[in-house]
Amino acid sequence: MGHSVENSTERQKPQTKELWKVFWILLAITAVEFIIAFQISSDNNFGKWLKITLFILLTFVKSFYIVGNFMHLRHEVKSMIWTIVIPVVFVVWLLAALVYFEGGYIGSVR
Amino acid sequence: MAVANAPVNPDHLTWQGGTQPMKVGYGKLMMWIFLLSDTFTFSALLISYGLVRFSFPTFKDVIPDMTYKTFELSQQYWPIPERVFESVPFLHGISLPLVFVGLMTFILIFSSVTMVLAVEAGHRKDKADVEKWMLWTILGGFMFLGSQAWEWAHFIHGSEGGLTLANGAKIFGANLVQNEYGPAAFADFFFFITGFHGTHVLSGVVLNIMIFYNATNGVYEKRGHYEMVEKVGLYWHFVDLVWVFVFTFFYLV
Repeated sequence: MGHSVENSTERQKPQTKELWKVFWILLAITAVEFIIAFQISSDNNFGKWLKITLFILLTFVKSFYIVGNFMHLRHEVKSMIWTIVIPVVFVVWLLAALVYFEGGYIGSVR
Repeated sequence: MAVANAPVNPDHLTWQGGTQPMKVGYGKLMMWIFLLSDTFTFSALLISYGLVRFSFPTFKDVIPDMTYKTFELSQQYWPIPERVFESVPFLHGISLPLVFVGLMTFILIFSSVTMVLAVEAGHRKDKADVEKWMLWTILGGFMFLGSQAWEWAHFIHGSEGGLTLANGAKIFGANLVQNEYGPAAFADFFFFITGFHGTHVLSGVVLNIMIFYNATNGVYEKRGHYEMVEKVGLYWHFVDLVWVFVFTFFYLV
């Protein structure tokens, strides 16, 4: 006794409240997506683009929770967070810019 | 916990130079970098899907009177996903649009939670809890793979009526050349994107089984830390994250 530096013996209490909360948030957002999919009509242009915008926004909200809490990124040091986030922001920017400025070309060469 | 006079950095977190950039272990940082590169691959796939999809006419361009309610599949225009993915196992002939992919989404999000619970148990060095939650995660992975196998089989096999072409020929299901749902590119993208994601899930399940095996054999207990659970956990969450995007861009939009 006493000489042991073992980390074992007394079992620590799990701290899982926060994680389950995130699970329910993700589930709720998915449920909202389903409601949007079947309640907003895509037959007019406004409804169609409203739906697409909402879906993309909600997807990014979900990915924020998954990356931030499940992958623990929001609790890392700042430089670590930026190392991951900045390349992703650049790629999204590149893709959005290409689609916006050059995307029409694909229609004219088909 | 560690002894009182323990060094600031535990051994496994110290890099060979003796310092620890960004306060994470080497393996964990490299897992992040790998996932970043995988992000590029999947964003390329999804953006190509978007571009090709919008370069095809919609059903409204071809048949202006058609609405989402009266929609019929044709190779002339891009299909709407809720009319392609509307089958559920054991509920033959009932139209339940997107219900089955919703279930698959739920399975994957749930297995993501059990994974993060395994990581949390690893922080507490609680071997029994790590084993329990890893087992749930593996189960979730197999359930997802099984669902995807069914979805693929159904997609390839096709509906009972099939699609009648202009020349009277009938085609059923899908292959890489033609399909009954829409232009060939639709099925090609379906196979490639969900297939690439499914391959990621499969390798994730294999990694999870290895981690479970090692944890059960006390490898990490002997090592003194459960960082491996964390690294594989990052990969598993990423697979879930990709599915969230595939779900949005392939099935919802």
